[in-house]
Amino acid sequence: MNLPVQAQEALDSFGQPQGWEQRARLLMQWGERLPPLADGEKIETNQVHGCESKVWLLGDVVEGHWRFRAASDARLIRGLVALLLARVNGLSADQLQHVDLPEWFNQLGLSRQLSPSRSNGLNAVLQRMRDLALSQA
Amino acid sequence: MTTFLPSPWRADFPAIAELQRQGQTYLDSAATAQKPQALIDALTRYYVNGAANVHRAQHMPGLQATQAFEDSRSHVAQWLNAGEPGQIIFTHGATSAFNLLAYGLEHEFEAGDEIVVSALEHHANLLPWQQLAQRRSLKLVVLPLDANGLIDLAAASQLIGAKTRLLAVSQLSNVLGTWQPLPALLKLAQAHNALTVVDGAQGVVHGRHDVQALGCDFYVFSSHKLYGPDGVGVLYGRHDALARLRHWQFGGEMVLTTSFHQAAFRPAPLGFEAGTPPIAGVIGLGATLDYLDGLDQDAVFEHEAALHQLLRDGLRQREGVRLLGSPQLALASFVVDGIHHADLAHLLTEQGIAVRAGHHCAMPLLQSLDLPGALRISLGLYNDSEDIQHFFNGLDQALELLR
Repeated sequence: MNLPVQAQEALDSFGQPQGWEQRARLLMQWGERLPPLADGEKIETNQVHGCESKVWLLGDVVEGHWRFRAASDARLIRGLVALLLARVNGLSADQLQHVDLPEWFNQLGLSRQLSPSRSNGLNAVLQRMRDLALSQA
Repeated sequence: MTTFLPSPWRADFPAIAELQRQGQTYLDSAATAQKPQALIDALTRYYVNGAANVHRAQHMPGLQATQAFEDSRSHVAQWLNAGEPGQIIFTHGATSAFNLLAYGLEHEFEAGDEIVVSALEHHANLLPWQQLAQRRSLKLVVLPLDANGLIDLAAASQLIGAKTRLLAVSQLSNVLGTWQPLPALLKLAQAHNALTVVDGAQGVVHGRHDVQALGCDFYVFSSHKLYGPDGVGVLYGRHDALARLRHWQFGGEMVLTTSFHQAAFRPAPLGFEAGTPPIAGVIGLGATLDYLDGLDQDAVFEHEAALHQLLRDGLRQREGVRLLGSPQLALASFVVDGIHHADLAHLLTEQGIAVRAGHHCAMPLLQSLDLPGALRISLGLYNDSEDIQHFFNGLDQALELLR
């Protein structure tokens, strides 16, 4: 499957071996690129529970393609969510069902962020995304 | 540069060296502690020499296991200066012990009675009482804290009154690191004939306590925070107080006689240890106490105090760092102005610094401080000043990236 342009870009930068500082800087840069949500969208119903920080996730299908938007009050999780959106935005409902997201983070060298003990909430975000995808299916 | 403060006991804990090899600095002992070789040896010995169930069989392995199990009970009684070992009940953890109390004492309460806890309680010493209050239409009264993180005695003397049937408070806060004014609080409760429960989960690790001198009805701690195995909790109950407990969990060995339709049950302690207990764990706890008994306690507490001083000083020197309360020992919780604790936690993890981030199982306390979470550094007797230095190096690097 062809990667979305942004996903390829993420893979190019995170795929390189790098120290934790460089990785953290990159994550924060990706986080800065997320378009902000309106205050009216940062509401309880859009909030992902099970995160150490506040994360909001919205998603809709525009002309057959998923468009997710998200925000967080913590910067590193915001970066992780940005990398997630880079992979899934623009996919069709069917493509979204089949994309292997843990493998995506593995390719980026970030699989540890998905370990069961991590409370950063990336797992909860993935779950929320699956729920949103199912509800629109 | 400060002088190096080595821990003379570090080598007794093999996991510390292993974690070091993995690039990890362990500063989360208030969550669970690493284990001494003496405990690991005892567990191995038990399993290698022959496991057997306790209080059942007349065969030799059963006798040996029962003897070792009961020796541990005596040892725990000595450790707490509890007197008669029959006042020690083994549970599956501190949480089980609190639940045992909240169910076993339920019949003592009538609608409108009051249970008093404090604002710093860990969930284990809050939720069983909160739920009991809901079941019996009781009022749960929460004692407020002062600015230093101590239970406010003036407020307590107003809030503990004729309707108070039970007081349940922590000895040492797992978030604020402060000894609580237990003697004064217990006295207030006892003046109204209320039952008293002390959560010693943190306190038992950082001091030697005499439950008879303390005068509480019940004292609870968990083995795994006291360098022992997990899956074991200890409930001390004063003899008269134990007699007020109704049986809670039912099953093997807690029963005296039974037909299909009727049963009579054993008194404490066995009556409250239904089913096969955590035999290896209890034996392991005994071995851990043996090990701890062999240490120079004053030297341990001095070492911990010196490390804590380093920790506090370092945190206070850093701009924007806000300590929660005024921690006295064992641990320090903090936040940094303008920085999300989740970001700090992420970057400390990246650097192999194992600390706790979040609400520390005390959500209402952090809510009352208006904080979504905090970071907590907690110490064990195996930590040394290099561990603290690693943490501060990691913190400085993280702050540099985030600012």
